[in-house]
Amino acid sequence: MKRKKEVHQGTLAMMVLKTLDVLGPLHGYGVARRIEQISGELLSINQGTLYPVLLRLEQEGAVASEWGISENNRRSRFYRLTRAGSKLLESEKRDWEQTAAIIARFFEAKAGDLA
Amino acid sequence: MRAIRRFFTRLLNFTARPRSDKRLREEIESHIAFQTEENILAGMEPQQARRHARLKFGAVEAIREDLHAEKGLPFLENLLLDVRYALRVLWKSPAFTSVALVTLMLGIGANVVVFGVLNAVLLHPLPVSDPQNLYQLRHQAWMSGRLLTTSYPAFEDFRQRNSTFSGMAGIYGYSHAALLWRNGVVNVSGDEVTGNYFDLLGVQPELGRYFHAADEHGPDSAPYVVLSDALWRSAFHADPGIVGATVELSKHPFTVVGVAPAQFNGTERFARPDYWMPMANEEQVEGSDYLHNRTSITVTVIGRLKPGVKPQQATGNLNAIAGELAKEYPETDEGLPLRLIHPGLLGDDGDVIRGFLLSVTVLALLVLAAACANLASLFAARTADRSRELALRAALGSSRGRLMRQLLTEAVMVSLMGGAAGLLGAYLLLGALNRWDSPYGHLEVSVDVRVYLAALALTLGSALLFGIVPARQAFQSSPLQMMKSGPVDTMHLRRFALRDLLLGAQIAICTLLVTASLVAVRGMVQELHAPLGFKPQGAMLVDLDLSQVEPDGDLALEKEKAIVEAASSISGVTAVGAVSRTPMTGGMHGIPIFRPGTTEFKLNNSVLAPYVFQMSPGYLEAAGTRLLSGRDVSWQDTSKKPYVAVVNETFARKMWGETSFGVTQAIGQRFILWGNLTEVVGVAEDGKYHDLQESPQPVVYLPVSQSEQSEMIFVVRSLRAPWEMAAALQHALSGIEPDLSITVQSWSDSLQRELFPALAATVALGVMGLLAAMLAVTGIFGMAAYSVSRRMKELGIRVALGARKSQVMSAAVGRPMILLGVGSALGLLAGVFASRLLGQIVYQANPRDPVVVIGAVLTMALLGIAASAIPARRALAVDPSRLMRED
Repeated sequence: MKRKKEVHQGTLAMMVLKTLDVLGPLHGYGVARRIEQISGELLSINQGTLYPVLLRLEQEGAVASEWGISENNRRSRFYRLTRAGSKLLESEKRDWEQTAAIIARFFEAKAGDLA
Repeated sequence: MRAIRRFFTRLLNFTARPRSDKRLREEIESHIAFQTEENILAGMEPQQARRHARLKFGAVEAIREDLHAEKGLPFLENLLLDVRYALRVLWKSPAFTSVALVTLMLGIGANVVVFGVLNAVLLHPLPVSDPQNLYQLRHQAWMSGRLLTTSYPAFEDFRQRNSTFSGMAGIYGYSHAALLWRNGVVNVSGDEVTGNYFDLLGVQPELGRYFHAADEHGPDSAPYVVLSDALWRSAFHADPGIVGATVELSKHPFTVVGVAPAQFNGTERFARPDYWMPMANEEQVEGSDYLHNRTSITVTVIGRLKPGVKPQQATGNLNAIAGELAKEYPETDEGLPLRLIHPGLLGDDGDVIRGFLLSVTVLALLVLAAACANLASLFAARTADRSRELALRAALGSSRGRLMRQLLTEAVMVSLMGGAAGLLGAYLLLGALNRWDSPYGHLEVSVDVRVYLAALALTLGSALLFGIVPARQAFQSSPLQMMKSGPVDTMHLRRFALRDLLLGAQIAICTLLVTASLVAVRGMVQELHAPLGFKPQGAMLVDLDLSQVEPDGDLALEKEKAIVEAASSISGVTAVGAVSRTPMTGGMHGIPIFRPGTTEFKLNNSVLAPYVFQMSPGYLEAAGTRLLSGRDVSWQDTSKKPYVAVVNETFARKMWGETSFGVTQAIGQRFILWGNLTEVVGVAEDGKYHDLQESPQPVVYLPVSQSEQSEMIFVVRSLRAPWEMAAALQHALSGIEPDLSITVQSWSDSLQRELFPALAATVALGVMGLLAAMLAVTGIFGMAAYSVSRRMKELGIRVALGARKSQVMSAAVGRPMILLGVGSALGLLAGVFASRLLGQIVYQANPRDPVVVIGAVLTMALLGIAASAIPARRALAVDPSRLMRED
């Protein structure tokens, strides 16, 4: 059985940024769906927890939002990445890759490697 | 950057209330609609689809809280809520709040005042450059009151021979002069200083320039004067044109070269010199030459060490020089070892002042500690009363931390308000202190940043101290327990033990403080009744500066005689006399005397070094000093007759033995003083001459008619008021000297300075003792009243079951009484152990003095009875039938 993973808030923010980066302006529900799809339903998020993250990003100036009309004619709030958001995503990505690389090396290292 | 931006947005959201949930609600709505639609497309029933959508979204309320927390500043918001709630709660119980406020106000106010003085006297550096490297020379022997260290020639020797000081300056701080400017005469006092004084201190003038070492070329070569800011403002109307003008000091012209800034008052904190003039010109003002006289000890020496030189090295260097000087000038230089201190607090009195202030600080902190203990038990009792409310809040989902924060906020609010009130009171009191000229001189106590910070620290510190107790209580309480049983019968032994401890500690501290104030009062009374050897009551000191109007010599003597005779003819005057210097006005030092037949007048050969007074006939009677045997001096003892003297008992005993006839035996004996063979004609009683604490000192009184003393102070014994006497004297003397300026002061007033330390100690400790007593009363009263009100029902049952009055009493106020006993005993013990601390404040403090112990015990017992009387009466008046029906 596939175990669903809990998501850290910082990680969630990164996912939100990337989603907006790839798909352009999107409403909250769209972001939530996209994250679920990409993770292959491996991640379970309480969809609601997305909104505090979005608010936080907006307050930091990484995303901007405005009311709009969705593809199925529903009034909803659309979020888009700002320039500051792109930059933030870039740097977060670099950090993440670095961290991941380091951790990976730790797991790959065998007892004899440094001897 | 991002964090800052976020903070400001949040701050904006926080201030732009009310919170708007509209956007969130709409977003949630649309989100759930999307999900429902999708679920329906996936084949769910509409109702089920909606339910799933909601489940998937999660707990809306929690998210809303989260969002809200992200949006604003929850910490600040909660704080504001807490503050508002706390204010409301406090407003609702005005009695509790005002008791707490007054307690804190007194506790914190007392501390701020003490700290303000401490700050001004000890913590502020002198306004000179590099004050840490400024030293003052003192004799090795601890000495009170006397700042003067060496003669001027010896100072020059020290200055030239030392290898450890980068600079040394001399000060004579007792210069007086009549300042004449544009026909107006002002009596001023100031410092005569060596030319390098200002450069050594590294200070800058406010106006004009200072004089320098290069301005001096031998005696009377530098007729310059620097004015203090205060004198410049009062006598010269702050006229900047005064620089360069010529004024007269004691009838000699001096050029005003500059004005010192307001904050510079020389190197003594309590002194306010009006002017500074070069020591080279001292003879013009003093009327006598001390620059070439190795026996007039007139110079206070300050200096700066060379870089890298330690004070010990410098002391060694100085003492080597002192030794050399004693060998070179055996008749005049004693070679007393020297040491270095930091100037500013009247030489060695600095130690006394420091000790006094630090001890008073400790006592003031103890008062605050007692106040905190008091408040802690008050707050704890309140929290116990509010336990139901707290339990309810806990049950409704308030976290323990939140409750604790709420209670702490209340404590901090009370504390802040009390602290603000205390600070205000202290500010007013310090302002009054600033306007008051203490006998020690004027002291500027400014309320600066440091005082404010200290007040804030004390406030928050005490809030923590007394706030932590109820907060802890709230933290430990279990809502279930409290809801179930109510506060009445859950006599948690531990909680009461804590409150007992607080009250016990409070009583112990209060007893200590009461003991301390009793010790001070007793010390004061003892000092007031110490035999002085003269009677200042009913006597006046008349100052007629004759040296200003007449040259020295026989003419001046004639004039003095005429004045004494004229004054004694005034009606109501019982005795008149003149003396070179009244006792306890400082500046005394022993004059070596030799046995008859001595040929080599080395200091080593001298037998005694008594204080010497010159007096006119009648002085002893006017001063109220008893003549034990022999005769007084008379106007017939002129310089053409054999030299005579009156000595005191100690002198007679030390010179001619301890026999019971010692006193009379002394009559007719001889000794050599200042090279004159002198015969003892009378013996006077002992007294105090320099200060109240001195041991019996030998004293010689010489007739003024056989000495060269010109400045005399007149003592007039009369029952008339000083101002009346001034007018009468003016009238009586108009025939002798028409334009004499006469100052009359009652002798008791002029002695105030000597009694000032005892007075200050008594006032300080008296106030602390009073505060402590008040705290003890409120503490005991609070505890007793609380326990009676808690146990009303129980007491009612006891009475109903037939308890006797004594049993009811012991049930009601027994515990506070036991605490009172234990606490007082501990406090008394602490007082005994703190006698060193008290010794810093009161001379010869003795907390073991039975009078003090009995006084303290009685005081505490009375306080206890007074405080528990009302609760006890309430307990006795219990009406069981009514109580049983209630609740």
